[in-house]
Amino acid sequence: MARSNEPAFWSLFSAGGMVAAFLIPAAILITAYMVPQGKIDAEQLRIVMDHFIARLLLLAMISLPLFHWAHRFRFALVDLGIKNAKLPIAILFYGTAAGSTICAAYLLLPPIFS
Amino acid sequence: MTNRTGNTTTTERQLIRKMPANWWLKKPAYLRYMIREMTCLFVGGYAMFLLMLAARLDKPEAFADLLASPLAIALQWIALPMAIYHSVTWFNLTPKVLVIWRGEDKLPGFLIAGAHYAGWLAVSAGLIYFAMSGGTDG
Repeated sequence: MARSNEPAFWSLFSAGGMVAAFLIPAAILITAYMVPQGKIDAEQLRIVMDHFIARLLLLAMISLPLFHWAHRFRFALVDLGIKNAKLPIAILFYGTAAGSTICAAYLLLPPIFS
Repeated sequence: MTNRTGNTTTTERQLIRKMPANWWLKKPAYLRYMIREMTCLFVGGYAMFLLMLAARLDKPEAFADLLASPLAIALQWIALPMAIYHSVTWFNLTPKVLVIWRGEDKLPGFLIAGAHYAGWLAVSAGLIYFAMSGGTDG
């Protein structure tokens, strides 16, 4: 059988699905309800998110769900009948996830980049 | 080419039927499947929103402005039910992916899914507690 990079993308899809399932609903409650309603001060949240541990968590919450999106949406488009641009779509979607990961790492891990 | 029973099998026969573009509207189960797959747009969209917040971590005013943006709040309120739908469908599938054997018996699926639901509750409470309590003591 030909070697495939499918398992790597599936692992990222799976890890992203898990991170999203556990963390995103509560995160939306914080950013869309608790902060606008004044239950959490925006400046206080910014200070919390600035901590190193929080930065690592934030990086995981940005990168992995984007790989989850890339993988799932790629196959959803095939299900919807878009079948003749598989390679460009894969490059665009995984590229978006990879590019955003690099961008997030650059923003969130300054000690490594400076 | 012959198979195990000795009959000749045809190779590469084209038997692909064209699917109508709206096949997923034909049955409630197909529609639920398509909604589940489309939750990824909201999961990915929220990750992009977090990236925008990350870009404003050292700009207090811009950070607060983004969180106060009516458009951002509206989009997140649309994303919330989709994110919850993702969580529920994801945890409901965990018994299919994670099979735990105890001696001769499989651990029942509801226990595996149930453990994930309990974890979801604990992690959500922890994240909210972290967001509420942090900043004051550190």
